[in-house]
Amino acid sequence: MSEKKKKTDTMIEVRNLKKYFPIKGGFLGGTGGAVKAVDDVSFTIMRGTTMGLVGESGCGKTTVGRTLLRLTDKTDGTVLFEGKDIYALKREELRQLRPKMQIIFQDPYSSLSPRLPVGEIIGEAVREHHIVPENEYEAYLDKIMASCGLMPYHKDRYPHEFSGGQRQRICIARALALNPDFVVCDEPVSALDVSIQAQIINLLKDLQKEYGLTYLFISHDLSVVEHISDTIGVMYLGKLVEFGTKARVFDRPLHPYTVALFSAIPMPDPDVKMNRIILEGSIPSPANPPSGCRFHTRCNRCMERCKTEEPVQREVEPGHFVVCHLYNL
Amino acid sequence: MSKNIKNSGYISARESRHISRNNRRITGMIEKHRERKNVPLSEYTATMRDPNNVVEFDDLHTYFYTDIGIAKAVDGVSFDVPRGKTVGVVGESGCGKSVTSLSLMQLVQRPQGQIVSGSIRFNGDDGVYDIAKTPTEAMQKIRGNQISMIFQEPMTSLNPVFRVGMQVDEVIALHNHDVSKEKVKERTIEMLELVGIANSHGVYRMYPHELSGGMRQRVMIAMALALSPKLIIADEPTTALDVTIQAQILELLRSLKDKINSSIMLITHDLGVIAEMADFVVVMYSGRIVEKGTVRDVFKTPTHPYTIGLLNSKPVVNRQVERLYSIPGKVPNPINMPDYCYFRDRCELCVEGCEGSYPPEIHLSDTHVVSCYRCAQARKEEAPHE
Repeated sequence: MSEKKKKTDTMIEVRNLKKYFPIKGGFLGGTGGAVKAVDDVSFTIMRGTTMGLVGESGCGKTTVGRTLLRLTDKTDGTVLFEGKDIYALKREELRQLRPKMQIIFQDPYSSLSPRLPVGEIIGEAVREHHIVPENEYEAYLDKIMASCGLMPYHKDRYPHEFSGGQRQRICIARALALNPDFVVCDEPVSALDVSIQAQIINLLKDLQKEYGLTYLFISHDLSVVEHISDTIGVMYLGKLVEFGTKARVFDRPLHPYTVALFSAIPMPDPDVKMNRIILEGSIPSPANPPSGCRFHTRCNRCMERCKTEEPVQREVEPGHFVVCHLYNL
Repeated sequence: MSKNIKNSGYISARESRHISRNNRRITGMIEKHRERKNVPLSEYTATMRDPNNVVEFDDLHTYFYTDIGIAKAVDGVSFDVPRGKTVGVVGESGCGKSVTSLSLMQLVQRPQGQIVSGSIRFNGDDGVYDIAKTPTEAMQKIRGNQISMIFQEPMTSLNPVFRVGMQVDEVIALHNHDVSKEKVKERTIEMLELVGIANSHGVYRMYPHELSGGMRQRVMIAMALALSPKLIIADEPTTALDVTIQAQILELLRSLKDKINSSIMLITHDLGVIAEMADFVVVMYSGRIVEKGTVRDVFKTPTHPYTIGLLNSKPVVNRQVERLYSIPGKVPNPINMPDYCYFRDRCELCVEGCEGSYPPEIHLSDTHVVSCYRCAQARKEEAPHE
């Protein structure tokens, strides 16, 4: 116990993580290749900070989140959680680690069991993992629910009786009840209205301060990610094309994709006319990614070598990594 | 009985039966009136207040008769859509923005949803129609032809069992009976090219599932624009799409609007999209308009507390705040609306007058209109000095 409480600065370290989904089918049932959902991704998340992961749909953001928690198996690479390789753990060890890492799903309408009352949804895992002694169980549940803005009498209600924002609070309470260190938030506010979004984002920030949580915040809404994150990773077609602290990535985006992505954000100010870079076409199929740099088909600064040679990750300035031939010094 | 409803929020089976019997009576009467044969043209034609407007909403009330009471989804909405301009309608889910647009298309779920009073004047090619009173048969000539709609989810609004090309063909053929099949196909291909689909002949023969979200939305737009409508209603056209695709679609809508010279009514909850696309903005809350004006009026000098709250609760890139503003409380129940300002219980800028009935519309300038007592007072203080 004492060893675990010792503060290591790195919460999550991901090295060359790969996740391929085999394409089944074909006439003889053979595998016809693989969808490279996550391909050679490396990053670290410090304790108590938030890493934002952005990218278009289908770029592998969610798969990264799920492989970090070993909810799906990896293909290659390592994931270190507080220095422990979670893919080397035995079944029982992993079970003990599970409460420490939790996930909040995107859609609060489908991620709650319609047949369980809210108290049971939140409390089931608490009892299973013996988080608190049995006589303190009810009080603990009330405390967790209160910190997420839910009332004690909500315990006996069912999910369908709640609005979207309230449901997302239930999801957060469920994750938080296990006293986790690391929470993956997979698009927690995408399905919500603007004013409810603000409430949930504030709640997540408050809880982070109170419990010292570490977040991996997955979203396609850049303004939300900028608001909540300390470091930012930009993904494109299974690759982490840019990674760095928020200030560096937002002030000086380097990768052409990041630049285009940022210029596409609509600003709520009629006087700001952005110098918009409109990307042509849509994201290519991850089953058959383009050769060389995966972004070269849509890149406005594409060079000859981009088409053949795959760029590697480089640290352009301290703490700012980019995968692009343009910064090949 | 009504007192019981107000207090508990739950009603007994008996009360519910009573309500539904009443509802059936009312909706039955309205339906009967609607389904009369040979309605004289004079009954559903009108004159525009300003001939430069394409649509004028005038005190529109659309109610839903549900088994627990009447939900006033749209409760007295008036605004204009000028020719060649884009009007953005913004508000949270459930504020009535979609019902407003569905009323204009006569697509409100009948018989429980009914336009109860008010008028929607549409400046059509062959005269001015009051859509609230137009019989279905006449409406079918307008709908899809002069007014068309782009729906929110391209995934669900295309029919999965028909080829994309056929679905666009249908729209064109339905309104032009005398055009040959080849001509229709030609027009469809032309439309697909117009919305930026490179492989138009290939896409013509594809099924919706073979297309990506952005491509499907393009097909929807092609379908909506096929007959060069005077008004395009875009109901959250980019909500289901990625930012980069959203930028493409918005750019496309803007350029096409100028090309076929039509107006757009853009419904969205994304303030960024509104600021970028719209000329005029209408902010709705609980079935009423709380603020309307030009895009600069609303974004530069937001006046209604709800608009201010909405603008503050959205994180903006390159504007750092420690904590996002969140509007306290929640939207009132549409069945039992309070008789005072709907926003009073959530408002942090209440003044004395707020106890009174729902605030009237106050004209701050020629274009900027707000429903709030805060401005009424400011105006009163100003007036004696003049």
